[in-house]
Amino acid sequence: MALVVDLLTQGLQLILVLALAPLLTGFVRKVKARLLRRQGPSVWQPYRDLLRLARKEVVLAENASWLFRTAPYLIFAATWAAAALVPTFASGLIFSWTADLIAIIALLGSARFFLALAGMDVGTAFGGIGSSREAMIASVAEPAILMMVFTVALVAGSSQLSTVARFMGSPEVGLRVSIGLALFALFIVALAENARIPVDNPATHLELTMVHEAMVLEYSGRHLAVIEVASSLKLLLYVSLIGCIFVPWGMAASGAGIADYALGLALYLAKIVVLALGLALFESAIAKMRVFRVPQFVGAALMLGLLGTLLLFF
Amino acid sequence: MTILVVLSCVGLLLALPVAAIGIGARFTANSVIYGLAMVACLASLAAALGHLLADTGLVPAVTLPLGLPWLGAHFRLDALSAFFLAVVDLGGAAASLYGLGYGRHETAPRRVLPFFPVFVAGMQLVVLADDAFTFLFSWEFMSLASWALVIADHHERDNVRAGYVYLVMASFGTAALLLAFGLLAGPDGGYGFAAIRAASHSPASASLVLALLLLGAGSKAGLVPLHVWLPLAHPAAPSHVSALMSGVMTKVAIYAFVRVVFDLLGEPQWWWSMPVLALGGITAVLGVLYALMQHDLKRLLAYHTVENIGIIYIGLGLALAFRAEGLPAVAALALTAALFHVLNHMTFKSLLFFGAGAVLTVTGERDMEHLGGLIHRMPATAFAFLIGCAAISALPPFNGFVSEWLTFQAVLQGPKLALWGPKLLVPSVGALLALSAALAAGCFVKAFGVTFLSRPRSTAAATACDVDRFSLATMLLLALLCLLAGILPGLVIDTWGPVVGNLVGQRMPVQSVEPWLTIIPVAAGRSSYNGLLVFLFIAWAALTAAQVIHRWASHAMRRGPAWDCGYPDASPLTQYSASGFAQPIRRVFGSVVFRATEEVDMPPPGDTGPARLTVMVHDLVWATFYEPVARAIGILADRLNAFQYLTIRKYLSFVFVALVVLLLALELWL
Repeated sequence: MALVVDLLTQGLQLILVLALAPLLTGFVRKVKARLLRRQGPSVWQPYRDLLRLARKEVVLAENASWLFRTAPYLIFAATWAAAALVPTFASGLIFSWTADLIAIIALLGSARFFLALAGMDVGTAFGGIGSSREAMIASVAEPAILMMVFTVALVAGSSQLSTVARFMGSPEVGLRVSIGLALFALFIVALAENARIPVDNPATHLELTMVHEAMVLEYSGRHLAVIEVASSLKLLLYVSLIGCIFVPWGMAASGAGIADYALGLALYLAKIVVLALGLALFESAIAKMRVFRVPQFVGAALMLGLLGTLLLFF
Repeated sequence: MTILVVLSCVGLLLALPVAAIGIGARFTANSVIYGLAMVACLASLAAALGHLLADTGLVPAVTLPLGLPWLGAHFRLDALSAFFLAVVDLGGAAASLYGLGYGRHETAPRRVLPFFPVFVAGMQLVVLADDAFTFLFSWEFMSLASWALVIADHHERDNVRAGYVYLVMASFGTAALLLAFGLLAGPDGGYGFAAIRAASHSPASASLVLALLLLGAGSKAGLVPLHVWLPLAHPAAPSHVSALMSGVMTKVAIYAFVRVVFDLLGEPQWWWSMPVLALGGITAVLGVLYALMQHDLKRLLAYHTVENIGIIYIGLGLALAFRAEGLPAVAALALTAALFHVLNHMTFKSLLFFGAGAVLTVTGERDMEHLGGLIHRMPATAFAFLIGCAAISALPPFNGFVSEWLTFQAVLQGPKLALWGPKLLVPSVGALLALSAALAAGCFVKAFGVTFLSRPRSTAAATACDVDRFSLATMLLLALLCLLAGILPGLVIDTWGPVVGNLVGQRMPVQSVEPWLTIIPVAAGRSSYNGLLVFLFIAWAALTAAQVIHRWASHAMRRGPAWDCGYPDASPLTQYSASGFAQPIRRVFGSVVFRATEEVDMPPPGDTGPARLTVMVHDLVWATFYEPVARAIGILADRLNAFQYLTIRKYLSFVFVALVVLLLALELWL
């Protein structure tokens, strides 16, 4: 019985992240629009966009190779796998032992690797500029998040997210400087990894300022739809990650009753709403940085993560 | 019995040059030599693996009446030797199979064919040797054979220079090893490894041996700052030899370090891990930064070898630190990670060098700035190369990720250390490792993206076609190995349980009994990874997504021109180049590490002259460590000129004074 419940939880999580991801994107857009005193599109608009994109034909650049056509699916699969392993409403995911937090980060790295390659495939300057800048940002952001992972893993004594969530929800954690530093680092990395302001602008199509959009410029139709889903999933993953590590309260433990699961789900949605509001506020309040300021911004996260880890060695 | 099989394989390889010279016909010679070399390597591989898997605890040894008459040549096949022998054999067999096809394009086969089997045999002898004399002889034999292969194409001036630098550095390394073994053998001259192991070494001399090992084995492996010869010599050789030098010979150097430091020297002192960790971390980051700056594909790969050596040394340093503090279980984890990376680097670096060789064969180009779009014309090569790139960038579900993951798990055990020095170094090295992993991914996006993707930048790249079936088979087999080792890591780790058990006194927990082939390095609650499930899930999710979309949504497709901003028919030169791709990273890291500067010379508005961008990148290692030495030698040689062409009286008085001084010194000393 317990096994069935655990399997159901994992299956539900798998579908939940996929279903919620576009909604989160739509919600952030809506809030940002309202903050600018615009009406903004409905929160359901991303779903409509995806459906329309999926129904349209693909216009493929003449020089595009098989890698360009397979990359969206690989990016989506790697991101989905990572997102399915971050506990959202219940902490006891049955496949949590498949990949720990380091592996989840590396799965996102795989997705980025193929996205950057896809950007290079057609052979225009836009794709190149996107890939090359993405490589630069990732070269600082990835060690930064790994340092954050180290901090969390050292505090919780485990790098498995289910265990981490359980530990961080228990009173043994207490108040630690390292956790605060890690949280700060994770915020910065989440902005950089999801191509948000001030690192990148998800709404721009001004070529010289874009990173993520430049890489996917040649994509159209269903390929673009799959890539859009993957980026939404990534945003949801980071939001869930912050929720799971730093505010794991209310998560249903394995073997809990229906009421606990319902409470966990409600609290999870509340956490998403709060974090999305925070993201929209932050993005509306700050201007985009010059590209070469970004390494300093993300480098700060690296230093915070390293400091957090070093403090734990004392 | 096993060791006799292995030694007869070595004997066969050593006899092959005679055949190479004997067979006149070029085509036959190529097939015979590489075919027989492959058979010998495979036989030896089977013997080594059989010995490793049987895990009987028997250590076959044999003494042949060769070498020094009072010593003989000792050979011994313990678990450590068997592991590294398997690595050498696997690399040798792959290079031979590749050579069957690649060797036909060789312009001067007689400069390659005789030396290739000898080089492989030399590496096998090093890992089998059981006394200092045999070891050093085989080591030098291996160095000289590879040197001959580096200068195989001696018409290129660069290759001759590379050969010269390599010869100097190899002699330096061997000299350091000679001194190290001299110290180990002590005044009584116990040159057998058994005698060295039994003897007790004073802390001072043991530490000196460690330093000499870092110089001797480190220079062969490519530790910064001793790596300078490596990016010159490895690319200069024919590509299958490059693969052997980068993928296998550097591992033989790792073997030398492990054999002496973990086996012969006895218990490590507490601070030994610190220089190893620090050098490993610096090597990993500098190696990949150097690699990012290259636009010669083979040189990029060679620099990247430096990075991987750094990662292996980080694993070894962690193992030393944990072992010195009496934590054998964690030391076993760190050593397992290092050995896993040894195997991984052999597979994917060989694969990548074979891919670079294939590109070189069909286009005649190593410079990425003249390549591009090869994925359309060399699809199979591109596929294998892509897997190699993903594996070397430590991306799941491939093998490179598993070894880095294990190293990270060992780093996370760092707080168990009691002493401050290693304890504070471990997280910093972890950060350097994370940094190098992220940079490596960027480096291989660049390598694959510029070479195989985008539009062709030259006619050679536009008219290429895929290579012969032997080369393709080798690359695809190695790519399969990269995937298999990545999704079945538990089975691979268990293979060298006895190696780790012998060296640090405890094995990793047996992994293959875990459900679903998960690997659990420390405890189930701490961390686990299952490459198989990750791979299956990614494959399932990607296929399902594709199917769902094609079934329920559109599968219409149309080809059209790429978005050109209203400037049609842009030249391929408007694409991102290899240097252009690395420019942001050069600006972020290079201004410190290479003192990189850029000068833009922009003509005034209205002037139609070209704008010029000049990038200056300084190799600080060369400027700091090597140029002063070269200058000092030059000055010294100039001064010594004064002693040439003197009269016989002056020379005689020099001899007399020297004799008196020596006698006085002897008198005072005694």
